[in-house]
Amino acid sequence: MSMLELRHVSKIYGEGATEVDAISDIDLAVERGSLVAVMGPSGSGKSTLLTIAGSLELPTTGDVMINGANVVGMSRNDKARLRRRTIGYVFQDFNLLAGLTAVENVSLPLELDGISMKKAQAQAMSALESLDLGDRAERFPDELSGGERQRVAIARAVVGERSLLLADEPSGALDSVNGEAVMRMILTACHGGVAAVVVTHDAKLASWADRVVFLRDGKAVDETLPPQRPEDLLEHGTANPSES
Amino acid sequence: MSIRHSLLALLSEGPKYGFQLRQEFEASTGDVWPLNVGQVYTTLDRLERDGFAHSDDFDADERQKNFRITEKGEEELSRWLRTPPDLSQPPRDELVIKVLVASRLPDVDVYDVIQVHRRYLVQLMQQWTHLKEDEAHFDLAFALAVDAELFRLDAVVRWLDAADGRLRRASHESTTEDTVALPRIRRRTGAQR
Repeated sequence: MSMLELRHVSKIYGEGATEVDAISDIDLAVERGSLVAVMGPSGSGKSTLLTIAGSLELPTTGDVMINGANVVGMSRNDKARLRRRTIGYVFQDFNLLAGLTAVENVSLPLELDGISMKKAQAQAMSALESLDLGDRAERFPDELSGGERQRVAIARAVVGERSLLLADEPSGALDSVNGEAVMRMILTACHGGVAAVVVTHDAKLASWADRVVFLRDGKAVDETLPPQRPEDLLEHGTANPSES
Repeated sequence: MSIRHSLLALLSEGPKYGFQLRQEFEASTGDVWPLNVGQVYTTLDRLERDGFAHSDDFDADERQKNFRITEKGEEELSRWLRTPPDLSQPPRDELVIKVLVASRLPDVDVYDVIQVHRRYLVQLMQQWTHLKEDEAHFDLAFALAVDAELFRLDAVVRWLDAADGRLRRASHESTTEDTVALPRIRRRTGAQR
């Protein structure tokens, strides 16, 4: 069973003359342990796809299965519980709460889910330490660098028993080395059994994924083939040295 | 990529044998550019002919020769390191030509052509990126060489994205004119032939 499955999902905004098809007839399955990138230009429907996959919005038609449960038709409370327990979100602008320290930001979703503050903070500390942020736990977001803030956001997204990670341009305005660190962390979460979807217009980010789906005008128009063995590149190198 | 100057750089560290130079060349480029030993000896012969290197024993078998950099070789290495490669003329890029041609042919969907190349490039980037996943085998020379390849491929993907957007805008704006003024563009940039 896929961790996330979109079946014939469409989303239409507006009515009549102002009607806009944001996404049309999308089928997408993401297994546990795999990282899927959705790539497309601005306005191609990437963010709409992600908010629907994360149950933040309902599709106009189609089904959204998360760990086997259909989000369409689910009560508001059940959806909220699903979001707290199962889904982690990473946004371009981090979305950390300015008045809370790093560890409080990470433990908040656990506390909201009824876990005691002590246990929640212990789990949050462990998530921060796994991302080399143990010594930043008591800092507020404005006391952290951009790269550190994004790592805190990832810790918040994977803390607890989350099994679906959804990221919207997760490296945002970070430089390429920090952006690579963010993708490495998401991949590490996948190796631990998490299913992840990253939407991006950036091919360097998308290239971390097992599979890249190309979106255009709200439709999935293409996807990459299963990866070849990386060693093939070195054996038959694409770059040939030449005398000069 | 200049094997000639890379070998000079390795010789500037001290005298070396041909086989050793081959091993060190491959290690210093993160094993991304394989080199056969014949290329090494041919290049060393030319360096010697041009006075940039010399071997200790002219009569010895090639494999036994120990090569050193000369003063002239040191000067040549310094000059090469500081000379920017010639990027002033756009190369005759096959992919650019394919997209330009596709944009003019009425029975060809240029966006489909662009997507075929985009997918291929992203797949190549996935393979290079997967090489970086295992940090245990990730030395600095390898990281720099793989990054260079990823940035190069990424630039091509970005160009395809820009071409895609520009062609769509042009087709919206103009229904009567050709979407791309190919001859004018070529004259203006003076692409290499």
